[in-house]
Parts: sequence; C-alpha cells; structure tokens
Amino acid sequence: MIPLNWYLILAAALFALGLFGVLSRRNAVAILMGVELMLNAVNINLLAFWRYRAPVHSAGMVFAVIVFAVAAAEVAVGLALFIAVYRRFNSVAADEINLLKW
Amino acid sequence: MPTTTLLWLLPVFPLLAFVLIVLFTNRNKALSHTLAVGAAFLSWLGAMVIFVRALNIGPEALAEHPIRSWVNWLPTGHGFLKIGVMVDPLTAAVLFFVAWTIFMIFLYSVGYHNFGYPEGDHDQKGLPPHGATVVDEHGHKHRVPSIEPMYSRFFAYIGLFAAGMYLLAISDNLLTLFVGWEIMGLCSYLLIGFWFAKPSARAAGIKAFMTTRVGDVFMLLGIAYLYMATGTLSFPDIFKPEMLHQLANLNSGVLGLSAAGLIGVLLFIGTVGKSAQWPLHVWLPDAMEGPTPVSAMIHAATMVSAGVYMVIRMFPLLKAGSLNGAFLSPLAVMGFIGGFTALFAATIAVAQNDIKRVLAYSTISQLGYMVAALGAGSYIAATFHLITHAFFKALLFLGSGSVIHGMEHGVLHTGNHEVDPQDMFNMGGLARKMPITFWTFVIGGFALSGFPVLTAGFWSKDMILSASFFGGHPVIFWTLAIAAFLTAFYTMRQITLTFLGKPRTPEAEHAHETPWTMTVPLMVLAFFAFTAGWVGIPEHFPLLGGLLPDWFTHWVGAAYETLLQQAGMFKEIAEEGSLVPLYTSLTVSLGGLFFGWLVYKDVTSPDPATDPLKKWLGPVHTLLQNKYYFDELYGILFIRPAYWFAEVLTFRWLDRGLIDGILHAIARAVFDLGKALAYWIDLPIISGAGDLIGNIVRTFGRAFRVVQTGRVQDYMVAAMTSVVAFGALVYYLLVFAH
Repeated sequence: MIPLNWYLILAAALFALGLFGVLSRRNAVAILMGVELMLNAVNINLLAFWRYRAPVHSAGMVFAVIVFAVAAAEVAVGLALFIAVYRRFNSVAADEINLLKW
Repeated sequence: MPTTTLLWLLPVFPLLAFVLIVLFTNRNKALSHTLAVGAAFLSWLGAMVIFVRALNIGPEALAEHPIRSWVNWLPTGHGFLKIGVMVDPLTAAVLFFVAWTIFMIFLYSVGYHNFGYPEGDHDQKGLPPHGATVVDEHGHKHRVPSIEPMYSRFFAYIGLFAAGMYLLAISDNLLTLFVGWEIMGLCSYLLIGFWFAKPSARAAGIKAFMTTRVGDVFMLLGIAYLYMATGTLSFPDIFKPEMLHQLANLNSGVLGLSAAGLIGVLLFIGTVGKSAQWPLHVWLPDAMEGPTPVSAMIHAATMVSAGVYMVIRMFPLLKAGSLNGAFLSPLAVMGFIGGFTALFAATIAVAQNDIKRVLAYSTISQLGYMVAALGAGSYIAATFHLITHAFFKALLFLGSGSVIHGMEHGVLHTGNHEVDPQDMFNMGGLARKMPITFWTFVIGGFALSGFPVLTAGFWSKDMILSASFFGGHPVIFWTLAIAAFLTAFYTMRQITLTFLGKPRTPEAEHAHETPWTMTVPLMVLAFFAFTAGWVGIPEHFPLLGGLLPDWFTHWVGAAYETLLQQAGMFKEIAEEGSLVPLYTSLTVSLGGLFFGWLVYKDVTSPDPATDPLKKWLGPVHTLLQNKYYFDELYGILFIRPAYWFAEVLTFRWLDRGLIDGILHAIARAVFDLGKALAYWIDLPIISGAGDLIGNIVRTFGRAFRVVQTGRVQDYMVAAMTSVVAFGALVYYLLVFAH
C-alpha cells in the first residue's frame, strides 16, 4: 500500500490549488470551480483516513457521499445566485460586486 | 330700650347708612339720601332720648355715676384695655348740639345738591354740577341747576363722618375717641376733595389731612405716654384725684413739665391741628373747596369742635399738668395759642372777599376763643361757646351756601361764568331777593358778633371774657376783646356787602330764595342761635341775672366740680365786683357792628379794589389778604424740602440710583459671569469633550472602513488568514504549551 501521507499531501495540494483559485479568479463561475476543488480535496482526505484507519465502519463513505451531495447542491444554488447577480450587474466578475461596503 | 344700648347704636345708624349706600344704593339717589337722612334722624332721636333721660337723672348724680357700658377689648399682660361708651353731663350737652347740627346739615344737603333737578348737560363726576338746559312747553330753553353727579357718594361720606363724630362724642376712653377723630379726618379729606377733578380741591384735601396729621402724631404720643404712665385710657379711671396727683408729681423730664403737663401739651397739639389753631391753621381756609354742607358740618360744627371737646374732656389732666407752674404748662400754652389765634385769624378775616373764607377764618378765631377760655381755666365757658358756636356757625355756613346757590341761579340766568358766585363784592341787595336766608344769616351773624342779650353768642362770649378777666388773665382778656371787635366788624362787613344796598352785578339781580330743604334747617338753627344762650345767664348779671337760673354752669360744671375739688384744683372765680368785662363786651360788639355797617354801606362796585379798608390800611391790607403769607412760608420751610426729599433724594438718588443701581450691577455681573462660563467652560470643555468623542469615532471609522471592500474574495483572504493564524495558535498551545 502507498503511505497515507501521500494521499494527505495530495489532498492538501488540491485544497491549496482550489483556495488559490477562489482567491484569485475574476469570474464567479471559476470561483465556484475552485470551491469544488476544495471540496473534492476534503473528500480525498476524508476517504483516505477512512480507508487507512477504519475501513470497517461505513461512516466514512457515507460522509463522503454527503459531501458530494452538498457540493452539488451548493453549486446549483451558487449558479442560480450568479444568474441573478448577472441580471443586475451585467457581469459576473467578483470584484465588481462590491456594493456591501462603506 | 336701655340707655347704654341706645348709646352704642348712635354711631351705628350713620355707619350702616354709609355701608348700605356704598354697597347697594349708589345708583339710586333718592334711596341714598333717604338712608342717610333717616340714619341722621334716628341718631338724633336717640340722642334726644338720652339727653332727656340725662336731664331727669340730674347733673350731680350723672357726674358721680355716669351711664356707662364698657367691654374688655385688648388683652394686656395684666388685664384688659377697656373701651366703652358713657354719658356724663358734658357728653349730654355735646350730644345735643351734635345731633341737631348733623341732622339739619344732612337735610340741607338734599337741597344743596339740587335733588329734583335734572342731570346736567355735560356734568362729570368729580366736577361741580354746571347746570342743565330745560326746554319748556313753549320751546324756550332755560338753564336750571343740575343735580350733583356724585350725589349718593356725598351722603355715604357724610354718613361715615357722622358715625365718627358720634363715636367720638360717646367714647369713654381716649382710644375710641382717637378712632372717631381719625375717621373724621379721613372723611374730611374725602369731602374736601369731593370734587376731585379740580386740582385745587385735591390739593386742599391733602393739605388738610397732612396738617391735621402733624397734630395727630403728637396726640398719639400723648395717648401713648398716658397709657404708659397709668395703664388705662378710660376717662373715669384717669379722672380720679389720686391718679391726677400721681401724674402731676411724676416728672416727665421734658422742659420741666410733669407727666400730666407733657401729656396735656401733646394732646393739645392734636387740638391745634384738628381745630386749626395757629400754627396749624393753614388747612381750614383751603378746606372751603369742599361743598358748603361739608364746610358747615366738618369745619364749623363738628369736626373742629371735636378738638376743643377733647381738651375740655381732658381739662382736669391739663389743670393737673399746670400745677407746677412750668413755663410751657398746658394751660399757659393754650391761653397763648388760643388768644393769639383768635386775634390773628380775626385780622385776616377782615380782608377776605370770599364769603366762605371769611367764615373759615372766623371759625379759626372762635375756636381760639374756646381754647383761650380753657387756658384761663374755665372749661364751662369753653363748652358753652362750643355749643353756641356750633349752632350759629353752622347756620352761617349753611346760609352762605344758600347765598351761593342763589348767586349760581343768577349766573345760570345770565350765562356769564366768569363771575365768582362766592365773591361778596359781586353780591349786594340779596336781602330783598332771599329774605329767609337774610334774616337767619343776620341772627347767626349777630350771634357771632355777640349782640347783647338776644343772641346766644353774647352769653357764651361774655362768659369767656368774664372768666379771663376775673380769673386774673388780663392779656387774654384784652386780646379776646380786640378780637371780638374785629369779629363784629367783619361780620357786619359780610352782611352789608352780601345782603344790604343794591345788587352790584346782574347775577345778584337774578338771585332768588332756595327751596325748603335748605331754608328749614336755617330756621331751626336760627332758633337755637337765638335762644341757646339763655340757658347760661350768669346769676349776677345786671337786671336779667337770677330771672332764669344758670342751668348751664350748674349742669356742665357738675361734670368735673367734685373731682377738681377733691383734687384740690378747684378755683372758684368770683364773677362780680367789676362791670369792665360786661361793658367791654357791649362796646366791642355794638361798636364793631356799627363800624362794619358804616364803612361798607356805600360800596357800589363789584371791583374788590374799591374796598374802603384797602385805602386806609394800604400795604397792611395786602398782608392780611394774603394771610400773612403763612402758606408761602410753610411752602418754603416744609413743603419744598419735603418734595425735594421725595423727588430727588429718595426717588432719584436712593431708589433709582442706589437700589436700582445695585440691582442693575448684580444683573450685569451675573450676565457677565454667564457669558464667561459659556465661553470658557461650556464651549471648550463640555462641547469640546462631546465633539472630541465624535471625532475620535469618525476618525477610527474612517480608518477601519477600508477593510470593508465589498469584494468577496478579499473577505475570503481575511478569513483564511485568520484560520491559519488561529490554527497556528491552537497548534502551538496544544503541542508546545504542555
């Protein structure tokens, strides 16, 4: 078996990439893609710990499934929001939606 | 009804009339005068009943046990100050003349103020009525007299006045006497200034009140000292021999007078003010500004008599005060002032042209007679003259009022308002036009002059002259004799100028007699002026003495005879041996009357400069006519300084300068303090603190709000940074801290 750490490093790297995407992309949909990436990284982390530490309990698997479901739902909601925002602002660039400030 | 109840009621009737008129019946003239005259009538009736009852008791019994009723009034430390009423022989005599004169004058006032005539064309309250125009059935316009606009008010005032006089007469103590005294002083002011829209009347009212007030202050001091020395103010308690001796022996420390002497002098000063003796005589002539019934009642018959009554009442005290022979003993002072005033006023009266002024100075002079009589030691003579004078002087004043009314008829007829209806030089020949007035005036005038035997004035004046001659006061005797000559002279001057000869002006031509409400009182008073003297015919009078007993001396003498004898102060004056007083009296009276007629019978011009006396006396006449310039002297000595004191010292300097100055300074100081506080503390510190807090908040806010960019990604960065930091902290704490 490959060591657990490799999965964790992979998950961490993915998470970092996703975070970087969220923080730096202009397009709102791209931000959502980064969020997806972060969520998937978290999933890998979760499943890795499940498989290597307590493969018997199905709780880990279930947890990962829930995370997937939530991610999907979240993207749906997020896209709906962005469509509404686009109708208002005529753009989906995150740094142009800055009304809630001083 | 018991006598004491009747006594208490005597002042109540007129007082009630006053109250009712003021509160309720002011608008209804007929009701007001009915109330007033009715009250005067009831009081008259009560006084007559009391007088008759007193006569029945008899003088000695009445003197020893006066009818008394008193109440404990003011609680003092060791008892009460008692006030009450009393009737002794003196009171009975006084009540007699007071009741008659007041009643007659009240009745007279109805006619005097033209009741029954219409309201005037342009009459105003506060001015004398000016006449009304009446159109008769032919369309002719007549000017007739108009009714006094303040008719009811007049009766209210004289009602109050009568209440005051009755109160004074029936009092058995100095306190209520003083109360009555002051009530009359107030009414005198109100009535002299009755026509208040005339500045001369206003000024005269103030002058009267102020001048009598000067006397009243001293009188009050006397009353206070008396109370202090004896603990009582009731006459029966003071007039006991032991009390009189005690007061006579107590040294007052002032001018060598005993306590009795000082009290006597102080009380007498009250009389000097009230009875218009020199030097406080100046108010009485000016008081003629009031309506004539006022002059008759207040300034002839009752109020000025009150001053003399008071000293008669206090005679034993005055006598006790003169025992030690000090220079300013009461009787000596009275003898001097009385005699001087009698002569002084008589000289002025000779040069006056206003009919009422002559009578005013005559009153002053006659009051001087009474005071001098007391100074000579004969209170009986003073009382006698007081009573006869009240009758004939009231008669003369009412008669002069009738004459003035007649002249005013004339003025209304001719329409010439420049003519003074009171100037005797505008009159003349009125005997034919106004017969009743003429004859009653003659009776009064002759009584005043002391026309022998037939008039009351003769008997009373004779008694005074005898008392001063036989009592050993020759100076008083000769002064009074000369004054008597002048009295007869100016009286006959007045009668000649007013009634005899031919009318000198058209106004006098058109005068006519006055209505019955005015002439009936004249006739009643003339009866008394005629007969009142016969109650006091001295026993040793040649021919007539002894025909009628000398009731008066017996009656009034009884009041104090026993007391004076017991106190060792009785001096029997033997009134026989010399006929000098009698002959002097006859000579001056008849001589004065004759010369008065002789000098003035040929005056034909209404110009007062044609007065024969002016030619003979020259500048002296001017001096007399201007009353020896006493008014001007008092003006410089007292009035101007008083006005200066009031206007400049107290008003301008003290009130506006000092007091207002202090207040303004305080105000300014407080205002400046406020401004300073506002500027230095409120603005910088308190407002500054508030502003500072606000500024700090704003600055911090401005500084911190840059964080809130509104961009989601910036918030994510912040969140992630915090997570990392927090995580590091937790890692550190959990792993390395243990």
